[in-house]
Amino acid sequence: MTGLVAHLSAGIGAALAIIGAGYGIGRLAGSALEGMARQPEAAGDIRTAMIIAAALIEGLAFLALVICLLLSFK
Amino acid sequence: MTNFLSASTANAAHAAAEAGEHAAGGNDAGTIMQHLIEHVYDHVLIQIDWHPFGWQWLDLSITKLTLMLWVAAALIFILFRSLAGRQAKKSMRGRYLNFLEPFVIYVRDQMVYPIMGDTLGRKYLPLFLTQFFFILFCNLLGLIPGMSTATSNLAVCGTLAFTTLFTIIGMGMVEQGPLTFWKNLVPSGMPWPIIPILFPLEVIGIVIKCFALTIRLFANMVAGHIVILSFLGLIFIFHNYFVALPAVAFSLFLYVLELFVAFLQAFIFTLLSIIFINMAVHPEH
Repeated sequence: MTGLVAHLSAGIGAALAIIGAGYGIGRLAGSALEGMARQPEAAGDIRTAMIIAAALIEGLAFLALVICLLLSFK
Repeated sequence: MTNFLSASTANAAHAAAEAGEHAAGGNDAGTIMQHLIEHVYDHVLIQIDWHPFGWQWLDLSITKLTLMLWVAAALIFILFRSLAGRQAKKSMRGRYLNFLEPFVIYVRDQMVYPIMGDTLGRKYLPLFLTQFFFILFCNLLGLIPGMSTATSNLAVCGTLAFTTLFTIIGMGMVEQGPLTFWKNLVPSGMPWPIIPILFPLEVIGIVIKCFALTIRLFANMVAGHIVILSFLGLIFIFHNYFVALPAVAFSLFLYVLELFVAFLQAFIFTLLSIIFINMAVHPEH
C-alpha cells in the first residue's frame, strides 16, 4: 500500500512541478521574444539573460524531480 | 562516503527493480528498470577499502566514475598545457588547439571581467576556467558510448559546488577581513530586532545557493541519460520492430539536446559561481 501511494504521489508531484516550470519558462520566453522584437540591437543581451533565467527556473524544477525520483524508489 | 547517497538510492532501486520484476509478472518493465539502473549505477573496477582497526571506514574503490574524472583531468592538462606552450612560443597553434581559444576568451571577456572587474577578475580567473572546462569535459565524455558521466554522481557535483562554497566563505573572509565579512551579510541600517532573523537567513541562503548548484548540475545530467534510455527501452516494451525508427529518431534528437545541455550547464554553473563569489569578495558598499 505504501509503495502504491509513493509511486502515485511521485507521479503527481513531478507533473505539478513541470506545470509550474513550463508556465514560468513560457512567460519568460514570451517576454524575451517581445523585447527582442522591439529592439533588435539588444537581442544578444536579452538572449543571454533569457538563457540564465531559464536555467535557474529549470534548476528548481529539477530539484522537485529529484525528490520525486527518491520517492518512487521507496 | 563518496558514493553514499548514490549507493543507497541505487541499492533501493536494485531492490525495487527486483520486486517490480517479481510482482508485476511481466518481464519487460522490471528488466528495463534494471538496465536503467545499471547504466546510472557506478561500476567498481578496483576495490580499495580503508580498514583501520577492522571496521570499514572509507570506501576508496576505483570505480568507472573515478576513471572518468581522471580522464577528464588528464585531457584538460594535456590540451591546455600544449595550448599555453605554443602561445608562449608565438608559433602556429594548429587547427585543433585553436578551437579551445574562443572558449577561454569567452569565459574571460564575457563572463568574468564584466561582472568582477579587471583586477579582481584576473585573480580569480583560474578557478572559473577550471570549473567551466572540468564540468564541460566531464559532461561531454559522458556522451561517448561506453563511458559514463562523472557529473551524474551527486558526490562529484557536491564537491564542485563545495569549491564555490569554500571560496565564498574563505576568500570573503580573506578579502574583507574575518569579521566584516559576516557583518556585511546583513545590510547596514537595519532596525535592531530584524538582525537575529536576517542573519541566519543569509547564512542559510549561501548554503542553499550552493546546494541548488549541485542539484541543478546533477539532475540535468542524470535526467538526460535516463530519458534517452527510456526511449530506447520503448522498443523492448512494444516487442515490435516498427517502433525502432521513431524511437531511435527521438533518441537522436534528445542526444543533440543533451549536447546543448552539457555546454549550458557548464556555463550556468560557472556564471552563478562568478556572481556569488563577486558578491562575497567585492567590498560591499
